[in-house]
Amino acid sequence: MSERRTVFAGSALPVLLVAPQVLLTAVFFLWPAARAVQASLERGDAFGLSVRFVGLANFADLFADPLYIAAIWRTLFFCGAVSLISMGTALLLALCADAVVRGRVFYRTALIWPYAVAPVVSAAVWLLMLHPQVGWLTPALERLGIAWNYRLDDAQAMLLVILASAWKQVSYNFIFFLAALQAIPTSLVEAARMDGAGPVRRFLTILFPLLAPTTGFLLSVNIAYSAFETFGTIEALTRGGPGQATETLMMKVYRDGVVNLDLGASSAQSVVLMAGTMGLVALQVLMMRRRRDVA
Amino acid sequence: MSARLELEGLSKAFGRTGVLHAVDLCAEPGDMVVIVGASGCGKSTLLRLVAGLETPSAGRVRLDGRDITPLDPASRDMAMVFQNYALYPHMSVFDNMAYGLRLRGLSRAQISDKVGKAADMLGLGALLSRKPRQLSGGQRQRVAMGRAIVREPRLFLFDEPLSNLDAKLRLAMRVEIRRLQKSLGTTSLYVTHDQVEAMTLADRLVVMEEGRAVQVAPPLEIYRRPATLYVAGFMGAPPMNLLSATLVADGTAARLEGGMVLPFADGRRSGADGLALMVGIRPEHVEVGGERSSPALPAQVELREPLGAETILICRLTGGEMVSLRLTGEPPETDRIEIRLPARHLHVFDAASGLRLDPG
Repeated sequence: MSERRTVFAGSALPVLLVAPQVLLTAVFFLWPAARAVQASLERGDAFGLSVRFVGLANFADLFADPLYIAAIWRTLFFCGAVSLISMGTALLLALCADAVVRGRVFYRTALIWPYAVAPVVSAAVWLLMLHPQVGWLTPALERLGIAWNYRLDDAQAMLLVILASAWKQVSYNFIFFLAALQAIPTSLVEAARMDGAGPVRRFLTILFPLLAPTTGFLLSVNIAYSAFETFGTIEALTRGGPGQATETLMMKVYRDGVVNLDLGASSAQSVVLMAGTMGLVALQVLMMRRRRDVA
Repeated sequence: MSARLELEGLSKAFGRTGVLHAVDLCAEPGDMVVIVGASGCGKSTLLRLVAGLETPSAGRVRLDGRDITPLDPASRDMAMVFQNYALYPHMSVFDNMAYGLRLRGLSRAQISDKVGKAADMLGLGALLSRKPRQLSGGQRQRVAMGRAIVREPRLFLFDEPLSNLDAKLRLAMRVEIRRLQKSLGTTSLYVTHDQVEAMTLADRLVVMEEGRAVQVAPPLEIYRRPATLYVAGFMGAPPMNLLSATLVADGTAARLEGGMVLPFADGRRSGADGLALMVGIRPEHVEVGGERSSPALPAQVELREPLGAETILICRLTGGEMVSLRLTGEPPETDRIEIRLPARHLHVFDAASGLRLDPG
């Protein structure tokens, strides 16, 4: 692959051009991250008048707390379910949109819209649909014999936040899957048809393997999304309840830190989350590098 | 194993645009039928209809008498070699060739036996574990051939398989394709825009123009007796010289625009005197100097193209028409020459309809 490089004469302009990004990263990421690491090693008194250094005590407490361990499993399940549902749906829609001839542009545009909807707004839409008292779908569910009330039922609450979060991400995945599908030459699919492969066979042996790089990329993006960017959706729908039924790690950081003001424990949690994300990113970079070596 | 392919009134329209208009064609078992035409003439569409990749608007495809028009490509038992090879990029050469066999549920031993044989035939034995991107263009082309022959299909379909290769490799692969097709004896349909490929490969040649098969015949017959002006101009390089003329002397001669009268050697053409004609003659049949008996045309040499074994002369007649000559001997040294158009080599066409006019 050829790279286009621009060579600047001096150093003033390039520094100026890079400055906003460096500044933003420093102010909104590096500094808070450093403060979080610092706070995770400290503990304040009940009145917030003094702090003292406690080493890794906050982390030790954290991993001894069964509620925290439960939140880790809950988050893993949530991320897995959201990624699976949103990617699966997006792939299915992309396959359909790729096959459609008439009205192509309409389908594509319609399927990309949800991405432009703010998380809280999308949550409001789901609320209007499935609210126990005012949701218009609730009576229909009740007629089917389902006692729908996500405010009482843990599993229903989880299902609701998973669906709402997955729905938000379908558009994003759809765009990538569709682009990847269109990059696959039609003649490959035709060659497989001539070789005698039916639609399911063609998908499993030709399309899906060729989509693997896209799928890998999307998987890490989706896990990151469901871990960090679903806060607005969950907060607006269930606030992590009932009980802790929909409290993901991200929700717990917020609850413990901002609401319960346990800054040490909250910071330790956010440091753990940060380490997790970095691990995920490192894994993705490694995967991409390995793929490039093979290619 | 080899099959007879028949097309009956095969037509295809995309929306209101007709791409193919009632094409009839028959390929005898073991024949190599080459479809040639300019780009956009519908030749690839014809191939895709036979393959089942497109559905015809009208007409029928028969294989050994059986109507296969409604069948899916998978159940037609044909193999296709694509212009861009369409090798599965994530599979090794072996897996590319074995793909169709696995789908047919052959045993592991049968598969490796068949793939091994095909690989030997094409000299791919050492490359079986490579991925397509690790192969050169010629090797990819061979794998595409291998994938087709390993299945022992009833029909081969070739869609401009050599157009992505360089000139030297193209010549070598052309010979190889012909040799393989002959030795396997599989009926084949071969689409190309290259007339040299068409002439050398074909048992029967189909010349297509704007969605119609304008002439179907053995290649030499197409060269010797082109059925229309289009075919006359399309086949042959440099193309046949075509001069405007009118029918005179009760249909026994043509008068060129310059006034020269060319009597026909083979008899009278039907039609009223004064009918607008096009008279054609191949560059190799134009004589310089030559026998004194027939009338001569003065010509000015505009361009000489020495090709070694022969020389192409591009000349301008006094009326401004351009005539090309193919000379095998020493070319004349002067630029002012006299050329003769021997009567026995003249092709006569109706200028309005473009159809060949034969005596009788």
